[in-house]
Amino acid sequence: MHERFYRSLYRIRRVEEEVARAYPTDKIKSPVHLSIGQEAASVGVCEALGPNDIAFGTYRSHALYLAKGGDLRKMIAELYGKATGCAKGKGGSMHLIDLGAGAMGASAVVGTTIPNAVGYAYAAKLRGSQQVVASFFGDGAVDEGVFHESMNFAALKGVPIIFICENNFYAIHTHQSRRQKLANIAEKARTYGMPAEVIENNDALRVYERVHEAVAQLRAGKPGPFFFECFAYRWKEHVGPGEDYQLGYRMRAEAEPWLDSDPVKTMAARVDKALRARIEAEVEAEIEEAFEFAETSPFPEVTELYTDVVEL
Amino acid sequence: MARDPSVLIFGLDVDDPKAIQGTTRGLLEKYGAERVFGTPLSEDAMTGVAIGLAFGGLRPIHVHIRMDFLMLAMNQLVNIAAKSRYMYGGQVQVPIVVRAMIGKSWGQGAQHSQGLYSFFMNIPGLKVVAPTTPYDAKGCLIHAIRDNDPVIYVEHRILHFQKGPVPEPLYAVAPGKARIAMTGSDVTLVGISYMQLECLRARHYLEAVGISAEVIDPIWLQPLDIDTIANSVRKTGRLCVVDNGWTSCGAGAEIVSAVIEQVQHERAVRVKRLGFAPVTCPPAPTLEDAYYPNGRTIAAAVRDLVTGKANHWLSDERADLREIEFKGPF
Repeated sequence: MHERFYRSLYRIRRVEEEVARAYPTDKIKSPVHLSIGQEAASVGVCEALGPNDIAFGTYRSHALYLAKGGDLRKMIAELYGKATGCAKGKGGSMHLIDLGAGAMGASAVVGTTIPNAVGYAYAAKLRGSQQVVASFFGDGAVDEGVFHESMNFAALKGVPIIFICENNFYAIHTHQSRRQKLANIAEKARTYGMPAEVIENNDALRVYERVHEAVAQLRAGKPGPFFFECFAYRWKEHVGPGEDYQLGYRMRAEAEPWLDSDPVKTMAARVDKALRARIEAEVEAEIEEAFEFAETSPFPEVTELYTDVVEL
Repeated sequence: MARDPSVLIFGLDVDDPKAIQGTTRGLLEKYGAERVFGTPLSEDAMTGVAIGLAFGGLRPIHVHIRMDFLMLAMNQLVNIAAKSRYMYGGQVQVPIVVRAMIGKSWGQGAQHSQGLYSFFMNIPGLKVVAPTTPYDAKGCLIHAIRDNDPVIYVEHRILHFQKGPVPEPLYAVAPGKARIAMTGSDVTLVGISYMQLECLRARHYLEAVGISAEVIDPIWLQPLDIDTIANSVRKTGRLCVVDNGWTSCGAGAEIVSAVIEQVQHERAVRVKRLGFAPVTCPPAPTLEDAYYPNGRTIAAAVRDLVTGKANHWLSDERADLREIEFKGPF
């Protein structure tokens, strides 16, 4: 199991590092919101979900898309705006989707996919599909009214959903303490009538253990939702490939403990060295091939501008 | 709902004793609380839930007893419902119906009177329909439910009191065809939603002064059947659009410009837009009367349009054309 976790974490980290490396070439014409440093929640949650389960994300969803099993080649091609992308070059980095993997898409507008996930979970319940839905959002979404409306309705209807708040403490450049009177997100969720807990240590294994138990309870017929607030830290700038400590809204000293407890390194320590080297080599080859695929894929034909529109 | 188990209906008050003007009466008993339910006062999230249900394979109908409340749901409607099919490269569709009730104010004032459908006509990815006749009300709703894309279904409160033939079997009134309600030769008169009735009244007033108006009901606002209207204007050379909303950037503006684009090289056309007075709707009856176009004021404006001059004419009111379709509290 550790090997699987490590492969997923390492793969996500390296993909995003390569995105950051390629970004200055201007071939990726899509705003990228990197998850570097906060991969643990996506990997922990998605390892606890089955292939038929569903995940909804945010504009910072590279990690979620990959952890859920989304096609890497199609993801990179989508960032390049190529016809072979997961949304044929019509979505971009912020709207990744892979229906086959249960990655149901993401929104550029904070909080927007939370009720979509709740609706999907309600549909799953009505259809008796046994599917579990995971809804990912950040601490910024808690500022939005739709978060509270969605918590209330999901609890009221007991839908099979797991809310994952990835709390990285910042909405763009504004710290949680400047947006919320109390740092009590899990407590807020609890008041809507659902079990909620905080997972502080940014460890994919810990996230997996807790979410796996919640998934088991949902599958056994216990009404949802479950809520997890997972602490994490964004190493890079809000949008773009670089670091942004020079902006002065946060200090590098604040980041140090998070850099030290790197979720990828934490998992690496649990995996045999030789095995790790093999995983890394395989992942590197896959990533190289995916970027090559994106580079050499064609752009969409101009006629594609008018496809996938409503039938009038 | 009997035909398709994936259809469900919800919204504030859908299952209350008044049952949305009676339109949802009996559904709860027939189809159960999982498919028919009232909601928390959460228009934003419930619209998102409707979209999620659609992603999950169902066909939700979300009901709003006032279109004004849709302002709370714009993010979901504009950013997700309208865009998902396109921005996910055709992999998903959003077959939702949003029933939004509009109405002449009847003293309800600023926030219970707005016909805001032009907002949605501006957004690629949304269909908008505003039926007038009972026949179209049924047929358009059935089409909207079967449609695989989001449909904003605009229903006027007064029109709920209209009577007309409605066949018992299921039938669909699909987008693509406006209806020529009455033929005429001097002017093309397009009335949207309830204003269709006022246009038909105006036609009677105009007959008395020798003007023959062709009255057209566009039925679907997005997509619009411009061809039918433009063909009529080719014949009459004059177009008056009466909107059930404000004229600025409204449905009337769209219809007039689309028609002119078609016929401008063929013949000269005179146009007029009518709609709500460009102010916030007041509840006092004297002010409210002046706020809305009615059969007589429409007739007066159309006469000016046809004759090409200000006639300063307002017909005497005819008892047979007076509008008493409902009483409060509404």
